[in-house]
Amino acid sequence: MAIAVEGACKRFGDFQALDNVSIDVPDSSLTALLGPSGSGKSTLLRAIAGLEDLDAGRVTIRGEDASAKPPQKRGVGFVFQHYAAFKHMTVFGNVGFGLRIRKWSKQQIDARVHELLRLVQLDGLAGRYPDQLSGGQRQRMALARALAIEPQVLLLDEPFGALDAKVRKDLRGWLRRLHDETGVTTIFVTHDQEEAMDVAEQLVVMNEGRVEQSGSATDLYEHPANEFVMSFVGEVNRLGEHFVRPHDMQIVLDADEGTVEAMIRRIVPLGFEVRVEVVLGDGTDVWAQLTRTELQRLELREGQIVHLRPSQAKSFSGDSSSDGHGASTPRGRQGGDDAEVSAAA
Amino acid sequence: MTVGAPAKWGLRTLGLGYLALLLLAPVAMIFYKTFEHGIGPPLEAMTSSDAVHAIWLTLLMVAVAVPLNTVFGVGCALLLVRHRWKGNAVIDGIINLPFAISPVVIGLSLFLLYGSGGWFGPTLAEWGIEVLFSTPGMILASIFVSLPFVVRETVPVLQEIGTEQEQAASTLGASAWQTFWRVTLPAIRWGVAYGVVLTTARVLGEFGAVTIVSGSISGKTETLPLYVAKSFEQFNEQAAYAGAIVLALLAFTTLLLMSVGGRRAKSQSQTNPAGGT
Repeated sequence: MAIAVEGACKRFGDFQALDNVSIDVPDSSLTALLGPSGSGKSTLLRAIAGLEDLDAGRVTIRGEDASAKPPQKRGVGFVFQHYAAFKHMTVFGNVGFGLRIRKWSKQQIDARVHELLRLVQLDGLAGRYPDQLSGGQRQRMALARALAIEPQVLLLDEPFGALDAKVRKDLRGWLRRLHDETGVTTIFVTHDQEEAMDVAEQLVVMNEGRVEQSGSATDLYEHPANEFVMSFVGEVNRLGEHFVRPHDMQIVLDADEGTVEAMIRRIVPLGFEVRVEVVLGDGTDVWAQLTRTELQRLELREGQIVHLRPSQAKSFSGDSSSDGHGASTPRGRQGGDDAEVSAAA
Repeated sequence: MTVGAPAKWGLRTLGLGYLALLLLAPVAMIFYKTFEHGIGPPLEAMTSSDAVHAIWLTLLMVAVAVPLNTVFGVGCALLLVRHRWKGNAVIDGIINLPFAISPVVIGLSLFLLYGSGGWFGPTLAEWGIEVLFSTPGMILASIFVSLPFVVRETVPVLQEIGTEQEQAASTLGASAWQTFWRVTLPAIRWGVAYGVVLTTARVLGEFGAVTIVSGSISGKTETLPLYVAKSFEQFNEQAAYAGAIVLALLAFTTLLLMSVGGRRAKSQSQTNPAGGT
């Protein structure tokens, strides 16, 4: 394991930012810490970097206990959401900062900085100052700066959070390729589940200072450990005790065994996909995700009475949120696939 | 808020008139009076031994008080902004004391402390150190009155730059000392520089506190402002005006050095045309 965190606890005043968190990050992997704001994901990342002291717990980097080490000695590259660019230095100065601290010779620094600038596609901009760069360029500069010191692990705290949607998407693919090229163990923090699934091999879902579940994108989507994970990694409808993804809500015209009567409230075309909002007999609002073709075949219209056939329904019995306590391995518990949900009607 | 054209011009005239009457007219008058009979008389006045001594003594005050207050001010601002604890409010209040207390009172308090009947006075006298009516006392007074400027100018800039740049430097291997010199100080340099200018101006012009602790002995403990005041009282108006001009020039030079330095730094950062992809 490149990085292991065991039993990490951190409290800010009354706020429990980390509550007995343990994670394992394999060598050369690309891992996402995913969660809503206030879930403790950034605090965990900062604790790994040594920018935050833990109240309890241990951080191990490449088998060595790093808990007592200052950030300078942990061999981590850290990228901040708002770049943390040294504004009074040029791009060259920024990227070469760590090398100057390490007393490299001028020629060595020159060669290494230019190599990195090529890697992040900023060659030619070495003489610019950060305020002359776009947001995406600044973040790539920050990444080159973090990579310059040849870190054992690369940590990115919401690296694309301050960028607009288009640049964000470009940089995602680009981070993915960079990781494939350099092979450096990488952890990045995000609140965007699509981003996490797009970029990372392993996802760690956090909520209220705890790890809810970790595993691959498919694991989490298909076998969520609890209601929180199920609703955080995708859309979800609640039918009584059961949870169903909108694309698993089939609409049929005739009543059948296992179907629920519903009225179409609204049809929202979203290009290829169509969102059909329906209301059940007991007043529950749910929605179904259809393709354009299906909608046309069924000739659905607003106000129509139809029947829903939910499949792949999941239920999470008991107090599911405490189940994820310190979990570091996938713990998909399937609560009765294709369960009968007629009770909800 | 939007105002019509006549109102705009009215406000401008009012503003400029106010400045002209209260600031420009007195300064212009001094210049006029000084050079009324050419450059000869003021030059002669300023080359007298008392005047030359007063100029040197004033520069000595600046040379000692400004660096000390700069180091203290930056350190104190770092403490206030970067290390939050309950005592900060108290420290903050104490730093403002020189602003709140009249310089004359500051002078008196130093007198009480270092005088022959004060707490420190007799002990220091035993060691052969004279504080009152000599340079050390004047330096103490100068430091006291000009202490808050660097702190007050540096604190907001430090708050504004935040801690991320410093944290980035630490993950890149920089020690606290390296981070301060290479990251923090360059980032706050304008706040510090402005504080230094204000401190310098205050030390150059300090009158009240220095008068009391120095005794204003010509050729010994007389700074330029004291020299100007004494010349004026003794109806030596030519010397008073000339002294005032030298003071003004010294302050002006400080401001000029600061803004020239600023422009150079600015043009440096603009040598590469901006543009993004």
